[in-house]
Amino acid sequence: MTRYALRRLAQSIAVLLGVSVLAFAIMQLVPGDPIRAALGQQADPATYEALRERAGLDDPVPVQFVTWIGNAAVGDFGVSFRSGETVLSLILERLPATLSLAVAAIIVALLIAIPLGTLSALNPRKPVDWFASLSSQAGLSVPDFWLGIMLILVFAGTLGWLPSSGYVPLTEDPVEWARHLILPAIAAGVSSGAILTRFVRSSVLESLGQDHVRTARAKGMRARDVLTWHVLRNALVPLVTVGGVQLAYLLSGVVVVEYVFAWPGLGQLAFQAVESRDYPVLQGTVLLFAVIFLLVNLVVDLAYARLDPRITYRSAR
Amino acid sequence: MRAAETVKLLFRGPTAIVAAAVLVVLIVTAFLGEQLAPYDATATDVSNRLQSPSADHWFGTDELGRDVLSRVILGAEVSLRVGAVAVGISLVAGVLIGLLAGYYGRWVDDVLMRISDVLFAFPAMLMAIAVLAILGPGSTNAMIAIGIVYTPIFARITRASVLSVREEVYVKAARSAGAGDLRIIGRHVLPNVTAPIIVQTSISLAFAILSEAALSFVGLGTQPPDPSWGRMLAEGRGFVEQAWWMAVFPGLAIFVTVLAFNVLGDALRDVLDPRQRQAMAGTGVTA
Repeated sequence: MTRYALRRLAQSIAVLLGVSVLAFAIMQLVPGDPIRAALGQQADPATYEALRERAGLDDPVPVQFVTWIGNAAVGDFGVSFRSGETVLSLILERLPATLSLAVAAIIVALLIAIPLGTLSALNPRKPVDWFASLSSQAGLSVPDFWLGIMLILVFAGTLGWLPSSGYVPLTEDPVEWARHLILPAIAAGVSSGAILTRFVRSSVLESLGQDHVRTARAKGMRARDVLTWHVLRNALVPLVTVGGVQLAYLLSGVVVVEYVFAWPGLGQLAFQAVESRDYPVLQGTVLLFAVIFLLVNLVVDLAYARLDPRITYRSAR
Repeated sequence: MRAAETVKLLFRGPTAIVAAAVLVVLIVTAFLGEQLAPYDATATDVSNRLQSPSADHWFGTDELGRDVLSRVILGAEVSLRVGAVAVGISLVAGVLIGLLAGYYGRWVDDVLMRISDVLFAFPAMLMAIAVLAILGPGSTNAMIAIGIVYTPIFARITRASVLSVREEVYVKAARSAGAGDLRIIGRHVLPNVTAPIIVQTSISLAFAILSEAALSFVGLGTQPPDPSWGRMLAEGRGFVEQAWWMAVFPGLAIFVTVLAFNVLGDALRDVLDPRQRQAMAGTGVTA
């Protein structure tokens, strides 16, 4: 296990290095002078020169990369070409909004997946199974941004129950925070719910066929207790890991949903950075998302090895 | 499995038949868009703006008085073209990378698969946005961006199949008979790894169409006045409370198209690659 963990860590570091090269390359690959592109031709020469020096664009590319990655390793992603604020402070400012949306979305996904997946596995080839299969196929295919607009149309427009967009920090007003969170969380969570429904179904089905479940039934245990203590407990353990991967997807996958609901998260920050050609901000966000993604995958892989002792990694690559 | 047998098995259930029929209608619509559209999709008529659905305008009109039905019809061509070209790019690049990595193994495999790991570490949408930040917005660049995003999945799937096929007796026999690498790959390996690639193509088409719509929705994909479904949704977003039809119909078009490709992909997987289906169910991987 330790050897596997160390090898997996080494692999992740190698991939992280590759990821950093690509994130760094964004500024290098932009045609022309990136600072001129961001500030426009009429920019104040002093501001232009200051930003150029701060970004180190006059140094040779390898030197620029080493400086950039060295700074990034300690959280210094440079300064925004537009606002002059540090990229880290911009990211930290937006992180709570994205985190709360991603966590709320995964809760929505689990609220859909656990009952629907379980019911479907308990009633194979019956109408409920057919309904679960159809709705998970639909959930996978519905564009989250369109679903968001439809939710706004019904719940904000026609019924007027919930706000159509915007964000209120939790510390400011918890009730308004929750009211603003519901629609974007549903829009972002449905597709993960669809994926997890399929997973729960196959996991519960597998669990139902196990010997210990048959024994519990043969002993005369009540069907409900068999389901709670023998089937679900075993079937839902792997959900922790799959749910973890889905959370990592959601952290970055909510970008378009953020756009629909004017949700001031990291996705909005990335779009604004593209629109205003604020490359250091884009590099910082891209790198951060990739690091989160890598870290979650690493933790999930290691957790899987701990949770399920049947898995051996001696021969795994 | 012979092609006729595959088709027979594929269409034994009604869902695959419906999905295939929907896709045929869409493809015909994409080809005959100009002839089928009742109005000029780009012609503005401000006196007729924001008209609700009626006998004259089945899907209503938008904020510039353009016929929404005509724009949805012409949008089919844009969505299918961008999706098909993007998947074409990832299919060619990914299969080539997977064949080389799987067949030659050792350092070739290590280098190519580590590069694919790096591309895989970027969340799909963010990767596409980053590529478009460099290339600039537009439908051609969106095709390239989506093509890059989906290349690693084709590379991985192809490599995994090649790893088992290259150990088969007929490959060893061809090698001992003196066949060159190119001939072995082209004649013996590639034809035997197509099943999972076909399945992935159908599923990737669904995701590519979804990605194109998302990129156009945020203004990075197809540019106005071209009628892309994602672009139409973005325009509809601003009028959702006055003119629901502007957002409902283009979104439905995306949903139905993506659903049809997903259903067909699932049916293909059942017929061509049942083991992959089991593996996918165990990991929750979809794209």
